[in-house]
Amino acid sequence: MDSNQSDRRRFLKQASATVAVGAAGFVAGAQLPAKAQQAESQPAGTDEHVHRVPPRRGARYSLDHMTHYTPLQDYAGIITPAPLHFMQQHSSEYPEIDPKEHRLTIHGLVDRPLVFSMDDLKRLPSVSRIHFVECHGNSSPAIHASRDPKMGLPVQFIHGMASTSEWAGVPLSVLLNEAGLKKNGTWLVLEGADAGKFSHTLPVGKALDDCFVAYGQNGEPLRVEQGFPIRLLVPGWEGPFNVKYLRHIKVVDEPYNTWNESMNHSVSRPDLGGKARWYHFQWAAKSVITRPSAGMEMRKGYVQITGLAWSGAGKVSKVEVSTDGGKNWREARLDGPVVPKAHTRFNYDWEWNGQEAMIQSRCIDETGDVQPSMAELAEHWGYTMADWQKPEKPRAIHMNAIQPWKINRDGSISDAMFA
Amino acid sequence: MQCSLKLLIPALVLIAPVALAQTSARKFPNVGQPLSQAEIQSFDHMIGPEGKELPAGHGTAKEGAVIFANRCEVCHGKNGENGITHHLVAGSPGKPYRGPFYGVEKDGPSYFPYPTIAWDYINRAMPAPNPGSLKPDEVYSLVAFLYYRNGIINENDVMDQNSLPKVVMPNRNGFVPAKPVYPPEKKPSWW
Ligand code: HEC
Repeated sequence: MDSNQSDRRRFLKQASATVAVGAAGFVAGAQLPAKAQQAESQPAGTDEHVHRVPPRRGARYSLDHMTHYTPLQDYAGIITPAPLHFMQQHSSEYPEIDPKEHRLTIHGLVDRPLVFSMDDLKRLPSVSRIHFVECHGNSSPAIHASRDPKMGLPVQFIHGMASTSEWAGVPLSVLLNEAGLKKNGTWLVLEGADAGKFSHTLPVGKALDDCFVAYGQNGEPLRVEQGFPIRLLVPGWEGPFNVKYLRHIKVVDEPYNTWNESMNHSVSRPDLGGKARWYHFQWAAKSVITRPSAGMEMRKGYVQITGLAWSGAGKVSKVEVSTDGGKNWREARLDGPVVPKAHTRFNYDWEWNGQEAMIQSRCIDETGDVQPSMAELAEHWGYTMADWQKPEKPRAIHMNAIQPWKINRDGSISDAMFA
Repeated sequence: MQCSLKLLIPALVLIAPVALAQTSARKFPNVGQPLSQAEIQSFDHMIGPEGKELPAGHGTAKEGAVIFANRCEVCHGKNGENGITHHLVAGSPGKPYRGPFYGVEKDGPSYFPYPTIAWDYINRAMPAPNPGSLKPDEVYSLVAFLYYRNGIINENDVMDQNSLPKVVMPNRNGFVPAKPVYPPEKKPSWW
């Protein structure tokens, strides 16, 4: 998904090829950026859940996917406004689904295969929960090198494929109980109704624990780019599990390893002799300072350092901030509410004396998990720091490294992860 | 407590089947409709690693080459190489690619752990402008063509319901653990 080096190579190639193909008037994907933009700027008819392009929406469109980055630097509190929620769309266009016609089926290893209309789903007991969703490619080492101004500020395009919303819908446990799970039904395989039929496997244990079929986001119906009319919410786990435009759930007895999970959702690891890990399931402890951050200007004197911390394992129990490159750490204030598997806002009061400084945050979650530095991650991967960004090395996904921002004497701020 | 075990055991035996029946009974029978076998067959297209859902049909690399040139080449390039999007070939006929999978080699069937994955994806998601338009024979042929170009099968091998799931993928052992397991081992955050 976010093989950014190769994506950029690809994109350059596509950009030139697109002209040729577009001229032939053939390939749907070739007209994609225009089409995507049109979809976003014209809320009308069946597109009523499509938003206007919000200010500072960072975006990247290519033939094989479209990405929107949340401008983490711009918002306060913990809730991401729905139009600013990040998006990673594989089939390069949004499906137009009539909610009256949309159906969710459950079949496979169940006693009673069932089909639910949207009306059915809304009649069932519901939950609303505040949770983050995060792309497994968020914060990837390769993306630090991006210089595309359309993608926004560094904190936005590096870490902005994570957002938090209040999601509302029906627990999967309610739906699966209606269908009646057979004993050997241990995994689900889920299919979306988008052109690419985005599919994913989910273990039944997690499904029954806290997953739900969401039809609402922040008090309104889902937006089309978030899976209208329904998507799966898999709290705390990597983004691809949260299948959008959900239409089929099949109960099976082994992981199905659909194309997306085999190809995009696995990553070769030097520490495993080049073998790939399947998905990692849960996100670990993570945080980032959103202001001040790279691309902004410092002013001498009082500075509120603010940011977001989160963990797929549960609640954030502590966030620490360092202003000297990690030598000393002091506890930041958690600015409630502190919700499990959701962004938690932290603040830290600081006085900038006009000298060079390195600011960074680290998250400690309720299981005691401590957010690692990129150098620590490198050690475990069998990498040098330089290796992270080399195109000939495996791209890294599922990153939760500490993000250092460097404050220069002139008040400018830069990304110091690999500096 | 003075409660005798002898008394408790028969009581539990009596309660247990009732409790089990209750967890699997419907709680909201007025919501949702039963699905018929025919309905299920009409959409049961996600193919697992064993290929249980594969439909009847067959195809060879030679047949696939023609379909590929007509319907896929515009995006994926001649023989699946150097197109405007994902490369579909690593290795060459007779010479499967065995890694490392660090860059574009990861695109396409040489990387896939199971032979059914390409069939499933092409069947449901390709060709990108008109997904779902291919007939089973065409999908078997396209898969045969791609596997031949990747050096995974021979040019004359026939791909069908029985032969496809038995194809040995060169990167089958390239994953840790061999199959995803849940719950996963407890791992530290850098995992
Ligand atoms: C309009 C351009 C287009 C056409 C035509 C097209 N594809 Fe694709 N194909 C794509 C794109 C884009 C992707 C990547 C999708 C994604 O990333 O979600 C893709 C992905 C694939 C993949 C998975 C590649 C990987 O990285 O593992 C296979 C296999 C594939 N296509 C086969 C075919 C076949 C066979 C045909 C002809 C029947 C075809 N495609 C026609 C655009 C196209």
